[in-house]
Amino acid sequence: MSITIKDVEHVANLARLDLSEAEKEQFAGQLNAILKYAEKLNQLDTDGIEPTSHVLPLANVMRDDEVRDSWPVEKVLRNAPEEEDGQFRVPAVLE
Amino acid sequence: MSKYETVIGLEVHVELHTKSKIFCGCSTSFGAPPNTHTCPVCLGHPGVLPVLNRQAVEYAMKAAMAINCEIAEWCKFDRKNYFYPDSPKAYQISQYDQPIGQNGWIDIEVNGKTKRIGITRLHLEEDAGKLTHIDGGLGSLVDLNRVGTPLVEIVSEPDIRSPEEAKAYLEKLRAIMQYCDVSDVKMEEGSLRCDANISIRPYGQEKFGTRAELKNMNSFRGVQRGLEYEELRQADILDGGGEVVQETRRWDENQGKTFSMRGKEEAHDYRYFPDPDLVRLHIDDEWKTRVRASIPELPDARQARYIEKYGLSSYDAGVLTASMKLADFFEESLEHTSDAKASANWIMGDLLGYLNANNLELDAVQITGQGLGEMIQLIEKGTISTKIAKTVFKGMLETGKSPQKIVEEQGLVQISDEGAILAIVDSVIAANPQSVEDFRGGKDKAIGFLVGQIMKETKGKANPGLVNKLLMDRLKG
Repeated sequence: MSITIKDVEHVANLARLDLSEAEKEQFAGQLNAILKYAEKLNQLDTDGIEPTSHVLPLANVMRDDEVRDSWPVEKVLRNAPEEEDGQFRVPAVLE
Repeated sequence: MSKYETVIGLEVHVELHTKSKIFCGCSTSFGAPPNTHTCPVCLGHPGVLPVLNRQAVEYAMKAAMAINCEIAEWCKFDRKNYFYPDSPKAYQISQYDQPIGQNGWIDIEVNGKTKRIGITRLHLEEDAGKLTHIDGGLGSLVDLNRVGTPLVEIVSEPDIRSPEEAKAYLEKLRAIMQYCDVSDVKMEEGSLRCDANISIRPYGQEKFGTRAELKNMNSFRGVQRGLEYEELRQADILDGGGEVVQETRRWDENQGKTFSMRGKEEAHDYRYFPDPDLVRLHIDDEWKTRVRASIPELPDARQARYIEKYGLSSYDAGVLTASMKLADFFEESLEHTSDAKASANWIMGDLLGYLNANNLELDAVQITGQGLGEMIQLIEKGTISTKIAKTVFKGMLETGKSPQKIVEEQGLVQISDEGAILAIVDSVIAANPQSVEDFRGGKDKAIGFLVGQIMKETKGKANPGLVNKLLMDRLKG
């Protein structure tokens, strides 16, 4: 499996990254190197082994349904690039 | 009759009415000022850890069991990645390949026929925030209160064949969720939402046609109308030799049309992967048994019981059980009268008529099931006539007073005293010689006029049976 420039452009688009041509080349190379390294795992025989979805051997970590204090809205909006009427203001998004 | 067969599958989102959010302790209550029910977890700040709400899992299990799903023994949560301002983490925590429930079904009834609709899956996930568009499209405001409200998404098989069936399916699903007490299921508040996949194909063709995904249908009527519009739009395209494009379309309630939402397709690359912040969920038999035991009698069983025990028609029993509150109201009335059919008739006629005419829910009116039962008793005892009962019923709707009290306050007790009625009969006969003559001359209709006059004199309170009898005695005597 090999990562093409087209794959890099697709992933960059999904991640909303604007890459230069040089960066696309660079990342294609790096991503290929990473995948090649990970491919070593294919040498292992995994027949009959359940896929691992989590590294911890834990299950059912849950909390009771209790309401706790939320943050004050002033604090919440401290991260807002822009705010209006107690809300985050963002560039227009289409429905 | 169209030459095309419609194929519909629905994706329904139901908000679970836990007190707190699915992965943090923020309140889920509706209508709070924007962004006052948020914290670092639901705001997606770095370094925070979501912790699963046990109640949300149990509600999801309950909902899945009530629609006859098989419950997973093991499941996990996955990240569904997308950029949109309604999701501060840039992913939604959902379940990808291990949903809580699979392979379920519910039965719907359309035109007197029962049909089984398959349910592919039910999974648990978190809701997103709310966007408001402002300044004529120059900006959007984001309220993240709803982020992290627990949801179940229920996906049907493409078994639905008409917009009417879609509506029936949605109504049945709502009733089941309401009976299970897992959600408020209010479409107008967004605690029940519905998207649809719809395609058409020539009758006899096995392969499905190209489908459109329909969004933004915010009412039961909207779902039916949106699908009806889409059926016609697709048929027009095929009739004109064109091809239906696979796309997402938005239903516009005001214009009564669907519109293409261009650009949505590209976004359908969600790159799901297991959420490393959440460990797996193991649902053992003991847990399943406990949750299963908490499921009450569901609409179908209740409908069957009403038919069997009270002799109601399938249709009447279906209407009464479509809403749990209405069914409870009916049963409360039966603690005070044994005439189930009379109660059902009052509910289906006067009560639902009033609610529909005024666009109200049952909890918006004061009348109780007990009041209705007692009123029916007053009719049975002859204290009031059925006609007067209409006035009493309206009084109960508007004031919530007991029927006895309304009858007393407004002096509505039926006059069943023969002497009193006879005196009025005589005076009406004396005052209307022409009508008396008409009647004796063979015009039966004249009797109606005379009865009307007597009822008018008594303000409708005279016992109608007695009036008829005494009047006939006099006229023929």
